[in-house]
Amino acid sequence: MSTLEIKDLKVQVNTEDGPKEILKGVTLTIKDGETHAIMGPNGSGKSTLAYSIAGHPRYEITGGTVTLDGEDVLEMSVDERARAGLFLAMQYPVEVPGVSVSNFLRTAKTAISGEAPKLRTWVKDVNSALDLMNLDSTFSSRSVNEGFSGGEKKRHEIAQLDLLDPKVAILDETDSGLDIDALKVVSEGVNRFRERDNKGVLLITHYTRILRYIKPDYVHVFVDGKVADEGGPELADELEANGYEKYLTAAV
Amino acid sequence: MSAVAERLGAALEMDKVESHLHPEGSFDVADHEVPTGREEIWRFTPLKRLKGLHQEASLAGTSYAPAFDAPEGVRIEQVEGDALKGVSGLVPWDRISARAFAEAKSTLAVTIPAETELDRPVFVTLKGTGTDEATATHAVIRAEKFSQAVVVIRFEGSMILADNVEVVVEDGAKLTVISIDDWADDAVHVGHRHIRVGRDAEFKHVDITIGGDVVRHDTTAEYSGPGGSVEMLGLYFADAGQHIEHRLFVDHTAPKTKSHVVYKGALQGEKAHTVWIGNVLIRKVAEGIETYEENRNLVLTDGCHADSVPNLEIETGEIAGAGHASATARFDDEHLFYLRSRGISEKEAQRLVVHGFFDDLIRKIGVPELQEQLAATVEAELAKNVLKELV
Repeated sequence: MSTLEIKDLKVQVNTEDGPKEILKGVTLTIKDGETHAIMGPNGSGKSTLAYSIAGHPRYEITGGTVTLDGEDVLEMSVDERARAGLFLAMQYPVEVPGVSVSNFLRTAKTAISGEAPKLRTWVKDVNSALDLMNLDSTFSSRSVNEGFSGGEKKRHEIAQLDLLDPKVAILDETDSGLDIDALKVVSEGVNRFRERDNKGVLLITHYTRILRYIKPDYVHVFVDGKVADEGGPELADELEANGYEKYLTAAV
Repeated sequence: MSAVAERLGAALEMDKVESHLHPEGSFDVADHEVPTGREEIWRFTPLKRLKGLHQEASLAGTSYAPAFDAPEGVRIEQVEGDALKGVSGLVPWDRISARAFAEAKSTLAVTIPAETELDRPVFVTLKGTGTDEATATHAVIRAEKFSQAVVVIRFEGSMILADNVEVVVEDGAKLTVISIDDWADDAVHVGHRHIRVGRDAEFKHVDITIGGDVVRHDTTAEYSGPGGSVEMLGLYFADAGQHIEHRLFVDHTAPKTKSHVVYKGALQGEKAHTVWIGNVLIRKVAEGIETYEENRNLVLTDGCHADSVPNLEIETGEIAGAGHASATARFDDEHLFYLRSRGISEKEAQRLVVHGFFDDLIRKIGVPELQEQLAATVEAELAKNVLKELV
């Protein structure tokens, strides 16, 4: 049983022209077993929502609450949030020179489960997770994200999702920059995660393409830092046909 | 002077360059004035902590114990007198080098005979046994034609040392010299290295500096024929109060030669100070050469100071490539955020990043047993500060 509850979340960033409000009161509840898609045009604040929940220092929370199973997420440090069960698959995963994938994965798994994974099963688990993402075993000796292609970075994120097994996964434009084959591989990975018990998914995307492979239970349309519309999967179809036009004119 | 040295001298004479990068050397100590600290080559160095090495302090000390471990075929001998001094073309270019040159009573000679390929490294360990009186030493490492070898020189213990190490890499030879300054906290080491790289020869220098109060290394490489290559890798870790200085000069004296210099350092603690000067001169004759030098410093705590000065002087445009880079920074927030977003604590994330920072350099050393030791050394250094609260 896990619930991510976002209430009236307001977030600003500091720019050269002073603070700029990006999220203007977002309310959203993701219960276990549910997949929510957030869709919206560029600059609507989708990624800000993802990074704010994960605790990136660039984003300043000016109002509202975020709780995971009643625990105050905003009070937690970045790593505490991850250990509490949140996972952010990033749109632009960061290159960390000299840190091997295998060392990184083992350190992360140890941190999250509170003890080092059993060596024999762990190696098997890692190889299987990489294999499912079409990443060969030499991948684990490479430096984290360094020199990875765009597709490899995204598949590496989903392999982590598989291995770290969080309660709630936030996928920030995981579909962007993927060709159709990679999109299928990534979507299958996300679907395997959803099939596990009590998992929540917040899927942030600009395009409807990925929703053909990952069926959301709810769709939220994000415009100008707020949820402008909500509905079931049929809302995605409507967006596919008509785009964001009507929301944008309404916002102006 | 041998005929070769004369010809080389004559060639360099014709190609004289007016620049502070390569002051005219002299064997006569009196030609080198006592530095005041305002000179370009001394301005970063805490002269007061040099125990008079740059002034008149006696260099007659013998407070050290050498130890050797070498595979068969390598000749190691202690040669009395001055016969071997200067064989690499070394002409002392500062006062401490000139003093050490004049006062070292003998030369430690390590010779890898022609066409000999060693299957394990030569280890020379110099253990300092006291700081009462300063010591001057001289060493010559010679890799004869087409030989291949790795020579590891480890400095440990306590002493005040001024030394000259000359390296001759003859035509077609491949030599790696790994120098490890793993001194006790009170040691002072002002070292000069002069390397002459022969035709199509490959020289790799690995310079690891961990311990000591003041360590200053002044390293010059030049080429006696075309096609030679030099790779210089440096790793240093400065703690509170420590001064670690590396002054490098690659003198491209022959065409089609290569140099690649990468020094990486971490600093932690109040008044930890590192200096990196990377000088490269591309002479008129040095057409078709390729050079790149890079220095990166990772500042782990407040109160540290890193100086980093790359200099590139180019006298011919007919080259394959020349470049340099220098960066001094704290932890990258994005690196830490990414790692922490996977549940890894801040300290542990910092630890991973520091290991990562050094690891790609350590991997290039090419001696597995040393690579493991160095990773452990980095870990031990981290334990002093970054990881203090972790343990």
